[in-house]
Amino acid sequence: MNKISDAFQNGKAFIAYLMAGDPDLETSAEYILTAQDAGADLIEIGIPFSDPIAEGEVIESASARALAAGARLNGVFDMVGSIKYKMHVPVVFMTYYNPIFVYGRDRFFQQCAEIGVCGAIIPDVPFEEQGEVKSIAKQYGVEIVSLIAPTSKDRAAKIAADAEGFIYLVSSLGVTGVRNEITTDIAAIIADIRNVTDIPVAVGFGISEPSQAAHYAAMADGVIVGSAIVRIIAEHGKSAADPLRAYIQMMKKA
Amino acid sequence: MGKGRFGIYGGQYVPETLMSALIELENAYQYYKNDPDFQAEFKMLLNDYAGRPSLLYSAANLTKKIGGAAIWLKREDLNHTGSHKINNVLGQALLAKRMGKTRIIAETGAGQHGVASATAAALFGMECDVFMGKEDTERQALNVYRMRLLGARVHPVTSGTMTLKDAVNETLREWSRRISDTHYVLGSALGPHPFPTIVRDFQSIIGQEIKAQARQSMGGLPDAVVACVGGGSNAIGAFYDFIGDASVQLYGCEAAGRGIDTDQHAATISKGSDGVFHGMKSLFCQDEFGQISPVYSVSAGLDYPGIGPEHAFLHKSGRVKYVPVTDNEAVDAFELLSRTEGIIPAIESAHAVAYAVKLAKELDPDKNIVICLSGRGDKDCAPIARYRGEDIHE
Repeated sequence: MNKISDAFQNGKAFIAYLMAGDPDLETSAEYILTAQDAGADLIEIGIPFSDPIAEGEVIESASARALAAGARLNGVFDMVGSIKYKMHVPVVFMTYYNPIFVYGRDRFFQQCAEIGVCGAIIPDVPFEEQGEVKSIAKQYGVEIVSLIAPTSKDRAAKIAADAEGFIYLVSSLGVTGVRNEITTDIAAIIADIRNVTDIPVAVGFGISEPSQAAHYAAMADGVIVGSAIVRIIAEHGKSAADPLRAYIQMMKKA
Repeated sequence: MGKGRFGIYGGQYVPETLMSALIELENAYQYYKNDPDFQAEFKMLLNDYAGRPSLLYSAANLTKKIGGAAIWLKREDLNHTGSHKINNVLGQALLAKRMGKTRIIAETGAGQHGVASATAAALFGMECDVFMGKEDTERQALNVYRMRLLGARVHPVTSGTMTLKDAVNETLREWSRRISDTHYVLGSALGPHPFPTIVRDFQSIIGQEIKAQARQSMGGLPDAVVACVGGGSNAIGAFYDFIGDASVQLYGCEAAGRGIDTDQHAATISKGSDGVFHGMKSLFCQDEFGQISPVYSVSAGLDYPGIGPEHAFLHKSGRVKYVPVTDNEAVDAFELLSRTEGIIPAIESAHAVAYAVKLAKELDPDKNIVICLSGRGDKDCAPIARYRGEDIHE
């Protein structure tokens, strides 16, 4: 299985987020491979959820489209499993907790391991509640990615000290989505994290432009782009491969 | 395991961005809960502004018509703004003010909690934004106007099922956008810790008063307390003081919509399963993949796919019995109480009336049943007329 740390071996990591099942599962598989070929160092696959409370409109709509097109957890597992042997970059899931909890934590992480998914980002499981997923994920070699937010303040050191895989640093207040301006003092938060851990830090939420990517890549170990990619797929549907490739190549270069 | 557990239920399942706000709230609440000045001001507001204590009224006409146990109404409908929601809102708005917050945000289903929040914001000179499912803004148009009249901004929510669940989603999102000056006045006994505890504590005045009033008027404890349950704030408020009194039967009435064997209901206890959503581990209406189900009830206030974590616990422990009540039963009870007592109940509260009537028939005349009449029904007149096929508009 590819490991999260592999993504950070060759310079700054570009992490691409795609919503599984938008526009449909078959096309998602194609786009994941497109993102990999275009230079993404780690792929974050969103599992659609009826009520994504940390998402802005772009990803929320993609989630709703994926559900309407019939994507459910079992289908997402099959889709990712079908491209397992073509993936040479690590793959993680980004999912709300309820789909994992209801499916069964053991069963979920066991299947992650089987299809080569090496990590999970669960935005509604904060540090205090992580115990009930981390212990089980560990048995299957799946790492739980922790998030740190601008509001974390003195929580940041505690979270970082216990982190595995990489740290997802939330760039700004609010939900996911493209922003023109981000005012958080990211450098200061990264300095706090560096005091307690060497685990890579990737910055996400609101990044869409090459200049933003370059700005954060200078401070962090990687950047995460979600809404901007999801928007390209929303616009182009099943013929998004070319614009998707062009966009990721442009961002990767930055 | 994190804080705020009721058995396995509860907890704090929220994005990291909100954790500091929840911790700040918990610390403030722990402090002010034991602060005599805070408690004195809260009590003064409840009495002098909201009009407490609310009456415990002997519904003699209804009792006679049903012919069984004596039925009593805990008249939360007589509170200022017309429902129990004001109890919690005054407590939380006061807490927010002490914490230095200048803006409150709230979700609302039927609009009662939104109106109460807008009222408290007007009283305390705070900014107020209310999130309400677009479908609910249409079925409760009068409450939308009331909120605006009180100076609040009302934001129709167009995502998902456009009802209470989606209003909670959007209020959580808004809180994560703007935290430092903003308190989220959660309206029901649900969500992440410390909300279920704070809301229960501020609503527990209902049960405390019932107990004291029952001693006066019945000479002891009632035999049963019946309340409707959406998220469950009036119910937990009415039940909490009686949990240790084994002789008092407690009944929570959930919305069975068009029937629990259809897919048109909001009966979380009857049909739901364990899950994690809206910040809490509890029971939810959902599918086998953990997708939250669209729910339905004639009542916008009970139209919610989950239930507060303490109710989930009280259900599992068997202390409270939860029963489904259909739209038709609730509408019948809405009309029955109006005609027999001259009291128009909120359609939410009518669910409790419907079950209490069934229960009264089974019990001896020397038994006493208290219904928590959580709100008044003025807001429901147009929707219920439409339900009965009369095309009237406000």
